[in-house]
Amino acid sequence: MALFGKKKHTSVKVRKRDIPDGLWIKCPSCSEMVFKQELEAALNVCPRCEYHFPFARQARLALLSEAGSFEEWDAGLTSVDVLTFTGTATYTAKLKENQQETGCRDAITCGRARLGRHVIALGVMDFEFLGASMGAVVGEKVARLVERGTVERLPVLIACTSGGARMYEGLYSLMQMAKTSAALARHAAARLPYIPVLTHPTTAGVMASFATLGDVIIAEPGALIGFAGPRVIKETTQQELPAGFQSAEFLLKHGLLDMVVPRKELKSQLILLLDYLMPPPPAEPLPAPAAASTP
Amino acid sequence: MAAYALPFEKPLAELNRKLEELRGFGRKQNVDVAADLAQMERKIAETREKIFAQLTPWQIVQVARHPLRPYALDYVREMFVDFSELHGDRIHRDDRAIFGGLAKLGEHRVMVIGTQKGRDTKGNLEVNFGCAYPEGYRKALRLMRLAAKFNLPIITLIDTPGAYPGIESEERHIAEAIAVNLREMFTFAVPMLVTIIGEGGSGGALGIGVGDRVLMLQYAYYSVISPEGCAAILWKNRSYADRAAAALKITSRDLLAMKLADEIVPEPLGGAHVDPRQMGATLKQILLRHLLELKQVPPDELLERRYAKFRAMGVFAEQPAAAAAPVAAPGAAVQP
Ligand SMILES: [Zn+2]
Repeated sequence: MALFGKKKHTSVKVRKRDIPDGLWIKCPSCSEMVFKQELEAALNVCPRCEYHFPFARQARLALLSEAGSFEEWDAGLTSVDVLTFTGTATYTAKLKENQQETGCRDAITCGRARLGRHVIALGVMDFEFLGASMGAVVGEKVARLVERGTVERLPVLIACTSGGARMYEGLYSLMQMAKTSAALARHAAARLPYIPVLTHPTTAGVMASFATLGDVIIAEPGALIGFAGPRVIKETTQQELPAGFQSAEFLLKHGLLDMVVPRKELKSQLILLLDYLMPPPPAEPLPAPAAASTP
Repeated sequence: MAAYALPFEKPLAELNRKLEELRGFGRKQNVDVAADLAQMERKIAETREKIFAQLTPWQIVQVARHPLRPYALDYVREMFVDFSELHGDRIHRDDRAIFGGLAKLGEHRVMVIGTQKGRDTKGNLEVNFGCAYPEGYRKALRLMRLAAKFNLPIITLIDTPGAYPGIESEERHIAEAIAVNLREMFTFAVPMLVTIIGEGGSGGALGIGVGDRVLMLQYAYYSVISPEGCAAILWKNRSYADRAAAALKITSRDLLAMKLADEIVPEPLGGAHVDPRQMGATLKQILLRHLLELKQVPPDELLERRYAKFRAMGVFAEQPAAAAAPVAAPGAAVQP
C-alpha cells in the first residue's frame, strides 16, 4: 500500500541537480568541502566520512562490468501512456522530460557483461528516471534479463533502487512485481545465482519483489531500504521511528540482509561470491604422463 | 435496509424510510396500502438502478469500502461447508488480518485463504483493519504449501486496504514476506482462484493474489496505490481522490478491459451488501465453474499458463534494436 511516488520525499532522494556543479562539493554527512574530481575518483564516496553519494547509471555499469564488455539488451523498450493518465501533467510529458534529463529511455539498463572471469546478466536501475518507479518497461526488462540469464545459464546481478510504483501505469505497474518474481522462480529452479545490490533508496514494489529474492543480498552503506516509506509509516503509526530505521545497517542488524558492502569493495566482493556460487572454469588438461608414452 | 448509507445512497435510504412509514401506517390504521407499497417499491428499484448505473470510480471505491459490505468470512459462511480454520505462521504469531483453512466448496475439498476486515472498533483492532503483518503473509504461504502438498485447490478472497506499514512490519520484513509469496505462488501445481471481493490494496492484495483466474466483484477495486495516496502525491491534496480513482483505472470494468481481471462477478442491484446471500450464491457458482475447468488442466500446463498469464501483463512499445539509439539528451554524458 501507499507506494510513494517520486520527487516528493526529500528524505529519500538526492537529485543530481542538488549536487552543485562547481569544483567543490559539500558532503551532506560530514559537511566537509570535497574536491569534485577527488570524489569521482573515489566512486562518489566521501573521502573523509565514507558517505555514499548517488552514483550515476553509467558509472554503476562501468563499476560492475569489465571495460568494454557490456552489451546492452532490450534497449528499444519504451513506456507508453496506456491509461492516458493525466495528473498535473500527462504521463507522456513526464516521460519525455525524464528521457531528456537522463538520456535514457526508462529507469533500467540491462545487458550481458563480464565481471572478473564471469559472464553475467546485469541490470542497473536509475533513480534519476521517475524515481526508478517500476512500470511495464522496468518489469519486462527485468523479466527478460532473468529469463535470458536462465537460458544462457548466467548469474543475474541487479543494482536496485526505487522510490515507488509507476502510478501512471495503474495496476499494470503492480503486476510487474508478480512478473519479475515469476521469472526469478525459474532462474532459481535452474540453480543459478541471483544477487541484488540494494542502493539508496530501494523501497515499495521493487523491494517487495525482485530486490528481496536474492540468494545473497548486498546493500550499500547508508542506503534507505524498506517496503513503506518512513513518512507513510510515521503518519500511519503516529510513532517515532527508531534511530537508523530502514538503513542498510538497521536491516543487517535485524537479519534481513547478508552484507553491507562499501562501494569501493563491491566489485571484488561480487566476484568472490560468484567464484563460490558458479562452477569453477574447466581445469587445464594435464600433460600426458611421461610413463604412458614410453614403449 | 441500510443502517448506514453512503452519500449517494441517501435518496434510497429516504425512500426506504417512507416505505416503512407507509407499511406501519397501513398496519396501525388497518388500511390496505398494498398498491401504494408496490408503487413505492418500484420507485425504489428505479432509483437504485439509476444511481448504480452511473457510479463514478470514486463512488465504486465507496461501495467497495461500505461498512455493511460482506467480508471474506461472510463468504466462507455463505459458500463453503465444514470450514476448519488453521492458525499461525509457526514463527511469530497468528495474524488475524489473514485467515485460512480447509473447506468444502460444493464437492471440492479446497484451501480457502482471505484477508478479513472488522465490523466494529473491537473487531477492527483484532484484524488491524484488514492490514496484514508479515506473519499474515507467511501463514498464507504455509497454508498454500500445505494445499499443494495434498493436491487441494487454493481459493483466495481479497479485501484489504494494503499490507500494514508499521515499524514491526518492516523489522519482520514485510517486503520479503510478499516477495517470497509472489515467487512461490508460481510453483504450486494446483488450481488457484483469486477473487477481489472489496478492496484490492496494492502489494497487500497481490501478496495472496497470484492465480490461474483473477475474478473481481462488480464493485470491487484493485489498485497499485489508494486513490487518496495517489492524490496526495500527484495533486498534493488527498481530496482529489475522486480524480485519482478515475485516472488510475481501478474498477472491475476497466481491469477486465485491460486483461488484468478475467471475469466480473455481478453484484445484486445496489451492491453486495443489499443481498449477501445472493452475492455468495453467485460467486460460488462462478468459482465452481472455473474450478471444474482448471481441474481438467494437467499440473505442468497449469504452471505454464499461470506464468504466461502474468508474464503478458504490461504494455510498452519496442523499437528494433538497430533503431534503439539512446534518446537525445543535452549534457547527459555521465562521468563514470
Ligand atoms: Zn563526508
